[in-house]
Amino acid sequence: MLKKAWYLYYDGFKNMPRWGRTLWLIIIIKLSIMFLVFKLWLMPNFLNSQYDSAEEKSDHVFKELTTKP
Amino acid sequence: MLLDLTTTTLVEWSRWQFAMTAIYHYMFVPLTLGLALMLAIMETMWVKTGDKSWLNATKFWMKLFGINFAIGVATGLILEFQFGTNWSNYSWFVGDIFGAPLAIEGIIAFFLESTFVAVMFFGWNKVSKRFHLVSTWMVFVGANISALWILVANAWMQNPVGMEFNPITARNEMDNFWAILFSPTAISKFTHTVTSAYTLSACFVVGVSSWFILKKRNLEFARKSIMLASVFGLISIILTIYTGDSSAQDVTKTQPMKFAAMEGLNEGGRGAAFTVIGLPVNDPSLPTDKMKKMEYAIHVPKMLSFLGYHDFNAYIPGIQNILDGYTSQSGVTYPSLEQRMANGRTAIDALKTYKQAVKEENQILADSTLQVFKANYSDFGYGYLNSPYDAIPHVPLVFYSFRIMVGLGMLFVLLFAVSLWYAKKRKFEKFKLIPYLALFCVPMAYIASQCGWIVAEVGRQPWVVQDLMPTNVAVTKIASNWVITTFWMFAILFTILLIAELKIMFHQIKKGPETDN
Ligand code: HEM
Repeated sequence: MLKKAWYLYYDGFKNMPRWGRTLWLIIIIKLSIMFLVFKLWLMPNFLNSQYDSAEEKSDHVFKELTTKP
Repeated sequence: MLLDLTTTTLVEWSRWQFAMTAIYHYMFVPLTLGLALMLAIMETMWVKTGDKSWLNATKFWMKLFGINFAIGVATGLILEFQFGTNWSNYSWFVGDIFGAPLAIEGIIAFFLESTFVAVMFFGWNKVSKRFHLVSTWMVFVGANISALWILVANAWMQNPVGMEFNPITARNEMDNFWAILFSPTAISKFTHTVTSAYTLSACFVVGVSSWFILKKRNLEFARKSIMLASVFGLISIILTIYTGDSSAQDVTKTQPMKFAAMEGLNEGGRGAAFTVIGLPVNDPSLPTDKMKKMEYAIHVPKMLSFLGYHDFNAYIPGIQNILDGYTSQSGVTYPSLEQRMANGRTAIDALKTYKQAVKEENQILADSTLQVFKANYSDFGYGYLNSPYDAIPHVPLVFYSFRIMVGLGMLFVLLFAVSLWYAKKRKFEKFKLIPYLALFCVPMAYIASQCGWIVAEVGRQPWVVQDLMPTNVAVTKIASNWVITTFWMFAILFTILLIAELKIMFHQIKKGPETDN
């Protein structure tokens, strides 16, 4: 069963037409930009990057909520 | 990365960034939802009839589905990153409600899609006909399940139900899963979004097939596709209108300010008229420029009341009525927005005192302030507004977007009815106007869908969570030039993706289906 599944993917990728390969290239570039550039570098989770514990995070948001913008 | 410029610039740019990425994301999503269903139907026709031309049609549209799916999938990830980076107060405020179900759904949909998409593309001649067909249906199910929970989350923001705010952690916690899943807002949001996505996909198939007709190529394939997509499209657009009508009724009850803005209605009343079209302009006699006078308006008497409540004499509040306070059709009395702002400020102060009292272990004070907080929590967000006029969204944008969406909906009824009629009589290609109309409707379906989202999202401003949290509280206080920089980075990335999609797609369309009888 597992061998069959592996073969399905293996054969599918091997016999893929040119446009399919281009698509996969786009997918890989897209996902690497999203995860490596944006997620890790440009768009960190603000609360996680500033505070360690849930209590600190909650205190921060609490302060934001009780101070008028 | 800490605060520089004004909060207004920051909020505006954070909103622009979210809007831009959401608009691009939604350029890829609806075709995935609807084309998957049409593929499943086409393949079923092949398995049932053994007619090879259905197989060719399935393979051709599957190719276009694959291109759209591969390029579009995961564009929504950026929105998720933005929640954590730009809207951290909001994410914390609602986090517990959506975290776990979204994660479970993500995993289920990912496995459904990734395994069955592989069988769908690679499995021809390797798995049995039936298993292949089941896989195609499962791709449709997976894609539509992916849409479900995110739309339920959106609906919750428009109409927050089934939760309790925890004043210690400053988070809303789910206390009734079913109330969230089956709230009327969630039902109308999900059904209207998916049926409108099916309509868009039908426009796409009829439009692209019309191109073949105009080029006098692959005629049998094009006729078959037009026939199927016209029936599919006609059913979808009827369902889109039906669910749009339910959405309008829901908005009337849960977001009356949005409904008033959709109509540019200042003074409401019983038997309110529907404005077919008009020109919203500034008028110095109105208390604020956010309210508009409707020039050159064409009205249908009592129609708005009917749209809102299916009752020609129902009461519909206008913007001024909401500012002043009113009693709704169902008999609930809402105080003026000045009063709701005062209630909101009371809730915010009570929350602050409560936290302090808990810290100092003053149980009596904690209990009494908690009571005050709970009594005023439904107006919590109004406490952050500087003026009642802050509660009015951008009227012209919402007014026009609603009319464009509905107007195009009517055009699609005409398109599918006419194309079905002439396709059945085998006269589709005789009247050149019809294939040209079909081609024109492809971009129009995207415009209608984007307008729908503008109605839903601009119409609910200033709220991120209706009545509880406005955008300027939800936003993370980071440097706005940082937000501007990432805005342009996303704009460039998404534009490249869109160009790549269009290029590959046009190339494959020009090549046409594999065989033609
Ligand atoms: C013809 C009658 C239609 C009516 C009465 C209607 C009504 C509505 C209403 C009231 C909303 C706002 C819902 C909210 O704010 O929660 C909405 C949103 C939306 N509409 Fe329509 N609509 C119609 C046609 C269409 C068409 C033809 C399309 C696209 C092909 C479309 C796509 C959308 C989308 C994508 C949204 C945003 C998602 C949502 O809020 O459900 N609508 N529509």
